[in-house]
Amino acid sequence: MSATSTDEIITKVNAFLVDEFEVEPEAITPDANLKETLNLDSLDYVDLVVVIESNFGFKVKGEDFVNIKTFQDFYDYIITKVAAK
Amino acid sequence: MGVYSCLGKNLEEVRNSLYTGKSGIGFDQGRKDFGFRSGLTGILEKPQLKGKLDRRLRIGLAEQGEYAYLSTLEALENAKLDIGYLESHEAGIIFGNDSSALAVIEATDTIRLKKDTTLLGSGSIFQSMNSTVNMNLATIFKLKGVNFTVSAACASGSHAAGLGYLFIKEGYQEMVICGGAQEVNMYSMGSFDGLSAFSIRESEPAKASRPFDKSRDGLIPSGGAATIVLESLESALKRGANILGEIIGYGFSSNGDHISNPNVDGPYRSLMRAMKQSGINVSDIDYINAHATSTPNGDMFEARAIDKLCGDIKTPVSSTKSMTGHECWMAGASEIVYSLLMMRDSFVAPNINFETPDEDSAKLNIIAKTLEKKIDIFLSNSFGFGGTNSTIIIKKFVQ
Repeated sequence: MSATSTDEIITKVNAFLVDEFEVEPEAITPDANLKETLNLDSLDYVDLVVVIESNFGFKVKGEDFVNIKTFQDFYDYIITKVAAK
Repeated sequence: MGVYSCLGKNLEEVRNSLYTGKSGIGFDQGRKDFGFRSGLTGILEKPQLKGKLDRRLRIGLAEQGEYAYLSTLEALENAKLDIGYLESHEAGIIFGNDSSALAVIEATDTIRLKKDTTLLGSGSIFQSMNSTVNMNLATIFKLKGVNFTVSAACASGSHAAGLGYLFIKEGYQEMVICGGAQEVNMYSMGSFDGLSAFSIRESEPAKASRPFDKSRDGLIPSGGAATIVLESLESALKRGANILGEIIGYGFSSNGDHISNPNVDGPYRSLMRAMKQSGINVSDIDYINAHATSTPNGDMFEARAIDKLCGDIKTPVSSTKSMTGHECWMAGASEIVYSLLMMRDSFVAPNINFETPDEDSAKLNIIAKTLEKKIDIFLSNSFGFGGTNSTIIIKKFVQ
């Protein structure tokens, strides 16, 4: 995977998170906690599955979220999944 | 009170439309392309709530829920109520709503396409249920009292107000937010159009809804939402609320007859029950807001029921549906709001397009042009499929 496409994925992820969960773009940093920053409750994870599917065409399994703590974890997960497609 | 309808997005816009006899009806080519017999509909602007209402509170709102959020926001503001008060008191909510078709259809389309229910997202279930308006508004406004939806076809909004009144009258609640909401999207109205119940006077949308007029040819679907705050007198006085009126009678009945064809007896019994409860004489009624939807049969039977009640007294009557079209589940609530605006500003809104009476409407005093008139007591009728009838009588509050 090239650096450019990784950056593109991160840009794309940040854009839909800001749009869907209505947070300030500055709040999203690689080390920040995903759940706390986006103020996610159990219902919001369903919407996270929806936006990932509509943007990248794959469906996240609920258990995959267990190991995703930070935004960097989230980017890495998506980058891996996209590369595996 | 508060309102969001094809006559305006708030009370003052709506009041001005009522006063000037402005129609909110238009033509929607999309309905014709979709297979509708009639392209006529009430025209409403879609609310933009993103940025105004928190995402979690917003995404469960179906179309009619968005209207109801705005009408309730306006009603609470006018009633001098804020979240802090509602959170610390036991205020209830009873809304009339009898469908949430768009949400159900969109969800089904998504499942068919994706073969995966998770991809509906979390808002879908809360938009799809009949109680969608109640469950969302109770959450948004932190309500802690009675909380359920009334589904009674086109009398839903009226019964909601009637039940709120009974809850307060019987001492179970100090305050109940009541209202009615109606989705306007074409998907919700296809089956109704399929009954050939809608007007096809498409070349003149503003003239198509003509309750009681001899040349009426059907109703026009419409919608939005209306909210009234009902409160015990003691509570309202204690809070220093601006008391708009007092419900003094709630009548209800069932025709026990045909599912869609009305009769005289059912509505008349509803009228009489409300009259008996209010303890007033027919001559005390200054204005009747008729249910009349512009269908040949429905208006005829209501005209006969009103004539049976009023006889020679010739109480002023108008159907605001001549301007709004038929606001269905919302109509009972919105027509209370419209009538309260008339009571507040001392006028009777016109039954526009009433040009030629028929045999039955000729016996009524139908107000075709705006009438300046003090209203101390009005009566509002609502009837629905299955023969459900509701009548509300409201008296101006005098301290």
